[in-house]
Amino acid sequence: MTNDKDSPPADPGNYDAYFTSRENDLRWYREMLRIRRFEEMAARSYTRGKISGFLHLYIGQEAIAVATKEILQPQDRVVSTYRTHGFAIALGSSPGACMAEMYGKATGLVAGVGGSMHFFDRDNQLWGGYAIIGNHVPVATGHAFASKYLGDNGVTFCFLGDGALAIGPTHEGWTLAGIWQLPIVFVVENNRYSMGTPLERSIPVNDVTLKAPGYNMAGDRFRVTSVAETAERLAAAAKLAREESRPVLVELLTYRFRGHSMSDPAKYRDREEVAESRSWDPLERTYNALMKRHGMTEEALEELDDEVVAEMEAAVEFAENSPVPEPSARFKNILVES
Amino acid sequence: MPEIQIRHAIRDAMREEMTRDDRVFLMGEEVGHYKGAYKCSEGLLEEFGERRVIDTPIAETGFAGVGIGAAMAGLRPIIEFMTFNFSAVAFDQILNNAAKIHHMTNGQHSVPMVFRGPNAGAHMLGSTHSQAFEPFYAHIPGLIVVAVATPYDAKGLLKTAIRDPNPVIFLESELMYGVKGEVPEEEYLIPLGVADTKRSGDDVTVITWGQGVPVALKAAELAAEQGIECDVIDLRTLRPLDMESVLESVRRTNRAIVLFHGWPYGGVGCEIIAQIQEQAFDHLDAPVLRVCYEDVPMPYAENLENLVLPTPERGLAAIREVSYAR
Repeated sequence: MTNDKDSPPADPGNYDAYFTSRENDLRWYREMLRIRRFEEMAARSYTRGKISGFLHLYIGQEAIAVATKEILQPQDRVVSTYRTHGFAIALGSSPGACMAEMYGKATGLVAGVGGSMHFFDRDNQLWGGYAIIGNHVPVATGHAFASKYLGDNGVTFCFLGDGALAIGPTHEGWTLAGIWQLPIVFVVENNRYSMGTPLERSIPVNDVTLKAPGYNMAGDRFRVTSVAETAERLAAAAKLAREESRPVLVELLTYRFRGHSMSDPAKYRDREEVAESRSWDPLERTYNALMKRHGMTEEALEELDDEVVAEMEAAVEFAENSPVPEPSARFKNILVES
Repeated sequence: MPEIQIRHAIRDAMREEMTRDDRVFLMGEEVGHYKGAYKCSEGLLEEFGERRVIDTPIAETGFAGVGIGAAMAGLRPIIEFMTFNFSAVAFDQILNNAAKIHHMTNGQHSVPMVFRGPNAGAHMLGSTHSQAFEPFYAHIPGLIVVAVATPYDAKGLLKTAIRDPNPVIFLESELMYGVKGEVPEEEYLIPLGVADTKRSGDDVTVITWGQGVPVALKAAELAAEQGIECDVIDLRTLRPLDMESVLESVRRTNRAIVLFHGWPYGGVGCEIIAQIQEQAFDHLDAPVLRVCYEDVPMPYAENLENLVLPTPERGLAAIREVSYAR
């Protein structure tokens, strides 16, 4: 696999390169929009004091989760971080259960014991939900080890942020994946900031895939501007992992439009930078492609938006009306009863 | 019954469980080609091959995490720490992942695995290589903590630990791998969470575990020479604690000491004493005493180390003190 530094299209207004059929673009648009509207509702509930703890939004990065869902096989696993709502929604978790989890309700994804940072939905291939930076990298490597051991043909997709590049567990997980040539794709979602610290102050090189050869991994790097391209290139990585048991390191250049968490006003970046990044927003670009390339009307897209908003409002309503966990629930699942 | 060393009891337990269940594998530094830093895995690589006896580079966080991830995905890992001193590097994996995943996923996942290796001071290794980790791990809900002191217990408890659906911290002793004892040829299992009375007596209860057991037994022998008969209870599992056995004994003897290889401050000894006073206060005729390391980092120099370690003589002094013997 080659290291493609800055992928086309060079012009954010070019909708020919990676926009395909109207059917696909519409489906992906809807999925990205579901995540964005979910996140906006979560932010609103947080502001209203309905959600506590930390809340890290995926707004701006939705295409990655949607592309992942697109290429996932049933035996594959997705392991992610504390910024994981987008994966849950994309992979098929119920928005109501996701919202209820953040409300600390019994109907939540993990019955209210985890909150925003600890989403797990095994039935939908979401294997976490890890909130200690980098400590899921060895665990995900262990999933891939099991796939190779059992010969189940599964690929583990391990997502991490650029903020996880300096910490030890990432290095150790990558080392073991490289030595044992495990079927795993490490995807660095480089949104340029680890909390408030820009990349240049947190990693020594600009191009994360420079690290790939040192761990005997294949590498790929590109800017996320559409679901189609992201899916295509993640699929190529997954093929190497699946068919050649080769670990792959993929760096995705992306951007989060909101602060690190709800308590972060993101004063460390200027308007121009945010505006430039917004011009590449895959959701926005797909919206434009649907109109300019596929001839859809603003009204039709508004109608779709209304449907999605209604779905997410129902999720909020479900969360608000759900019961809190029984007092005895705090004693559950500490040990497996043998 | 044949007599074997603890290291061979551990090896036999692993071999039997690996034979029984293809999901069981051994991973750690030097476990394969080197046959184990303390020769606990001799012959396993030859028998099971590199798929199931896996040498790792020096990366405790990495391979502890791999074990956790593999356990979640359906395997039964045995992760060997060359010594538990190095488990400190993997502490986050054990604290935040192994112990929490079953709970945090609302039971969607479990982590059936064993972390094993030697624990506590050995001989003249200095402060960083003489740590006693049971207070750290026994502190954490979601873990099971075992400490073994005989070949019989080591084999029976390790087999059970490997089959248990939870993460088990299995503490061995560098000083005791060569200790011999009888082990039956036929298969047996010892349940987790059950203490064993290693010596019976009605005067003083001596509660101990791991490397403390031979010291406690020697102290009890010295006490018997002076007419004081001790009940020596080897806890064997430190989480969950078999307080029933401890309380039954204390209600009978009305006196107790806790003797162990570890530090006094905030340790397992404190927990046992707290529970005794909560549940058997009226039965006590003397304060419960601790015989353990002094509250200092372990020094290297032999004379200094000997002053810090619990000895049969210090055990005897405590037994006499709670007996108000003159």
